[in-house]
Amino acid sequence: MNKKKRMFIRMITASLVRRRSRMIVALLAIMVGATILSGLGMIYYDVPRQMSSQFRSYGANVIIMPSGDGFIQEQALQTALGKFPDAELEGYTPYRYENTSIHNMPVTLAGINFDSIMKTSPYWHISGELPEQDGQTLVGAKVADKLSIKTGDSISAVNSFEVTDSTDTSRIPDYEIYTDPKTGEKHCDHALDLKVTGILDTGGSEEEYVYVSLGDTAYLSLADRGYDIVEISAAATQDKLSEYIDNINSSVRSVSAKLVKRVTASESSVLTKLQSLVFIVTAVVLILTMICVATTMTAVIAERRREIGLRKALGANNGSIVGQFLSEGLVLGGIGGILGALLGYAFAEIVSVNVFSSSIMFQPLLIPVTIASSVIVTGAACLIPIRSAVEVDPALVLKGE
Amino acid sequence: MSLLELKNISKIYGDLHALDNVSLNIEKGEWIAIMGPSGSGKSTMMNIIGCLDRPSTGEVIFDGKDISKESRRRLTELHRDKIGLVFQQFHLINYLNAVENVMVAQYYHSMPDEKEALAALERVGLKDRAKHLPSQLSGGEQQRVCIARALINSPELILADEPTGNLDEANENIVLGIFRQLHKEGTSLIVVTHDPEVGEEAQRIVRLDHGKITSDRKNEGFKG
Repeated sequence: MNKKKRMFIRMITASLVRRRSRMIVALLAIMVGATILSGLGMIYYDVPRQMSSQFRSYGANVIIMPSGDGFIQEQALQTALGKFPDAELEGYTPYRYENTSIHNMPVTLAGINFDSIMKTSPYWHISGELPEQDGQTLVGAKVADKLSIKTGDSISAVNSFEVTDSTDTSRIPDYEIYTDPKTGEKHCDHALDLKVTGILDTGGSEEEYVYVSLGDTAYLSLADRGYDIVEISAAATQDKLSEYIDNINSSVRSVSAKLVKRVTASESSVLTKLQSLVFIVTAVVLILTMICVATTMTAVIAERRREIGLRKALGANNGSIVGQFLSEGLVLGGIGGILGALLGYAFAEIVSVNVFSSSIMFQPLLIPVTIASSVIVTGAACLIPIRSAVEVDPALVLKGE
Repeated sequence: MSLLELKNISKIYGDLHALDNVSLNIEKGEWIAIMGPSGSGKSTMMNIIGCLDRPSTGEVIFDGKDISKESRRRLTELHRDKIGLVFQQFHLINYLNAVENVMVAQYYHSMPDEKEALAALERVGLKDRAKHLPSQLSGGEQQRVCIARALINSPELILADEPTGNLDEANENIVLGIFRQLHKEGTSLIVVTHDPEVGEEAQRIVRLDHGKITSDRKNEGFKG
């Protein structure tokens, strides 16, 4: 590096370091702008993920049903689930319904997987506990009310049917089979003893079922069959979900997948509005930042008109003066951009934790974008006052204009 | 041998004739004091001699060449290469230390050299204050830094505008001592002043009033 370049760097450094109080004001203006830009940018890009996650609390957004009269077989279900990227598949719950009776009243039993039910129905409110093993049950509030069932009760679900020659009795205890003395027909009251661990309260039709494990449903019905319906919760946009569904419907003939439009349409609508809002706010803040930075740089440069006059009197041409002041501005823009990009991440994290109750996903690309924007905005903001400053007549300035 | 010649120079601002048909010849190595009351046209003449301004009419011959019609860019190059400026208000860059302030003049002239800059400061008796910022220097010291900066590129002419106007007597004597030394070494000096004592140090005294030269005399008491 030659002596001239070294002197140039020495002057820039001295200006930035020894005029700290002035430079900090300019740096703050740039840094605040970069912080908002980086923060809002991160929120803008993370809103779809955050909103998608938020909307999962409204339950499943895809359902799979048998395409004909049959049931959904496990293999077909796994093939269908394979169409969702692992990262986006939050959870799924197969449902198998069986008619039964409890306290001699007809009741519909829903066999589900209790491990995954809160992924697809996170809005369920349970008084008591979710069952953890076979032999335990969760009773819908309407059924519980009708049959006076409380948490902690023991109940029996009974599957009554006529025993014929074709009935496979190997899975029925002998004591459950009896002969009607009047007709001489054999009957079976196949019972499933259940311990009530909780009462389900949703305000919807879910309260009309008694929930047991899929294993208990198979035991009570004495039949191994597929599922009636499968609910899926996936963290993806409406467009992506439609793509996965088309893929399932075209490749797995035995099932029919559908969007739960009530959830996905409102998610899509809210997402579009929210992203537009964040975009507008970001744009407005960026414009305000440019004005603020330009004003600050104008003030910083205006107070150095005498110095510019002196430099011209010492032989500086306009190019070298623009070069020096622009370099100072660009260094400030760079430092402000780096600090702002990091603070923006912290800002986005705070907003995300407070608004969405989850951490923001770091967007590495926004760091160079913020720094570059900051440098460009500061450079542009400096050019206007510098252009007027280089027009200064050294004779007038040195005379105390 | 003539260093600078003003031929029928006028500088007109609207109806005001700041300089009115002024002619002046300055020889190489000469020490001239330009004196006069406020508004007499001293500063206007200094700006024209210093190539910081152009006359409305007339010719400015510098080193045998008419520069009155030169572009601003050419004038800038000329005063950078040939003239060292000393100001009443010193005009040091406040965030650069003494040696850096001297090096700025080198930076725009040719190549900065800290050793040379330190030598220039030593010449004005400020080597030990080289790393001090202007705010850490007294008025006299700041003016000496300003002189060191004017000297650093070995100009043919030192142009000083009220160089002792902001100084006490002790510092005034130091500055005038430096000027005497420079004159001995053959540097041309033009000192604009309204202080008779400073004026009497020069070998030639030119008086201005209302834009005209009212007297131009050799200083019989010049100690050389």
